[in-house]
Amino acid sequence: MKRLLLSILFFVVLLFLWESMFRAKIWSPVLLPAPTQVATYLKSAAVDGTLLHATVITMRRLLTGYFVGLVLGLPLGLLTARWNLFRDTLGTMALGLQTLPSVCWVPLALLWFGQTEAAMLFVVVMGTLWSVVIATETGVRHVPPIYRRAALTMGSRRLHIWLKVILPSALPFIVSGMKQGWAFAWRSLMAAEIFVTILTGFGLGQLLHYGRELSAMDQVIAIMLVIVVIGLLADKIFFSPIERFLHRRWGTSQA
Amino acid sequence: MHRTERSSATEELQVITPSKLAIENVSKNFQSRSGSVLALDRVSLNVAEGEFVCLVGASGCGKTTLLNIIAGLEKPDSGTVLADGKPVTGPGRDRLVMFQEPALFPWLDVFGNVLFPLKLKPNLTNKDRRDVATYYLELVGLSRFEHANIHELSGGMKQRVSLARALAPNPRVLLMDEPFAALDALTREQFYGDIQEIWKARRKTIVFVTHNVREAACLGDRVMLFSPHPGRIEHEFVIELPRPRDINTVDLAAYSSRITKALKVLGQSEATAK
Repeated sequence: MKRLLLSILFFVVLLFLWESMFRAKIWSPVLLPAPTQVATYLKSAAVDGTLLHATVITMRRLLTGYFVGLVLGLPLGLLTARWNLFRDTLGTMALGLQTLPSVCWVPLALLWFGQTEAAMLFVVVMGTLWSVVIATETGVRHVPPIYRRAALTMGSRRLHIWLKVILPSALPFIVSGMKQGWAFAWRSLMAAEIFVTILTGFGLGQLLHYGRELSAMDQVIAIMLVIVVIGLLADKIFFSPIERFLHRRWGTSQA
Repeated sequence: MHRTERSSATEELQVITPSKLAIENVSKNFQSRSGSVLALDRVSLNVAEGEFVCLVGASGCGKTTLLNIIAGLEKPDSGTVLADGKPVTGPGRDRLVMFQEPALFPWLDVFGNVLFPLKLKPNLTNKDRRDVATYYLELVGLSRFEHANIHELSGGMKQRVSLARALAPNPRVLLMDEPFAALDALTREQFYGDIQEIWKARRKTIVFVTHNVREAACLGDRVMLFSPHPGRIEHEFVIELPRPRDINTVDLAAYSSRITKALKVLGQSEATAK
């Protein structure tokens, strides 16, 4: 409770400083608008529905791509962990492509898919996939061999061992890979939306882009805020509870 | 229409006939960087139904290897292991292993761990499985910790859960690989009483690997002494003491000093051989 109050106080003071410095006209109002102006934009965009609409479109792209990335990444990670053939081929490729910011795929994606949703999807999948593959592989390789032996003596075999022993044992690694994949996907989608206009839907990135075109910095900052809030919410609502569960079960230190 | 056979929890908890084991001329080589090591050299051993046999020897004498071969986790280069006359070809539920380090699954709580082998047993309802798991947790004295996470348990409690998990599917043979080696002396001594009681109540054939001579003399009907390089059974000691045995008695000390002496002689002969 005390910590919550402290962080609220911190942000209130920050906003207050920002607003008062704006009123003191230290900088040109074009460069950085006041928080009240940002709030006004947010309110109007929320009322006329543009904000919600853009958020829905962005989230749909993000979640679809993320889901596809997970569904492809998990089995690929298991394959690379299971057979050295896949490790030396696919695993090496995954390692390489993971270092590539997935926004670099945008030019190719546009060439292949045109200015379509598929191009956006492709970029998001590329952001998610490799992190998940690598984390799954690492997780599986870290499963203590004794778990497998114990399971074998209890009558567990092939598929059962993979589903009930190896996969859950690798879970802490997989979850951190999922979190990284999410972060990569989110960043690359924003970059792609700012770069490219897709006629089938204006996402948050496009709203930000138009704010820039119109030199409407209140809009730019407002969208940036929304992006931050969505990122925070994903962490608090989705990842934090899973991580708390893992910490409790495994007895790893709670950060 | 036949009704499918289904055993109830009470049937599942019945004491069943333990297996007899016949180990015949088992040899096993390991390839290491310094060449090949003969871990087991034509080892033969018969274990009667419900017998408690301890395998003792210096580390690296192949006793754990033999245990793994009986478990079916490793294959011998030559020789056979028969359980009730049938050759062992792989790991199986009727020969469960309790390892030195607790191999409990950290993603499951205590109850989930004991339930794990039961879920692999067909012909039981989920309620039966839960009843059986509850029974064994009570048997090892951990009913209150059903929902504890594994990392919250002490070393001794972890081994109790391991024991409950190994007993739960009602195996005919229990293979124990230095299960108390990592525990403190006090906890260990408590285990000696408990394991004898459980062995009496559940009737299992037990093969118990240890390097603690006193422990072996306290628990085993017979103590088999292994020599290293190559791994062979050199001596057999029949412990004729009434049960339950207390580890701190003079009679038991007499046995363990005899075994220790034999162990020392083996060590010396190996040193001169080098």
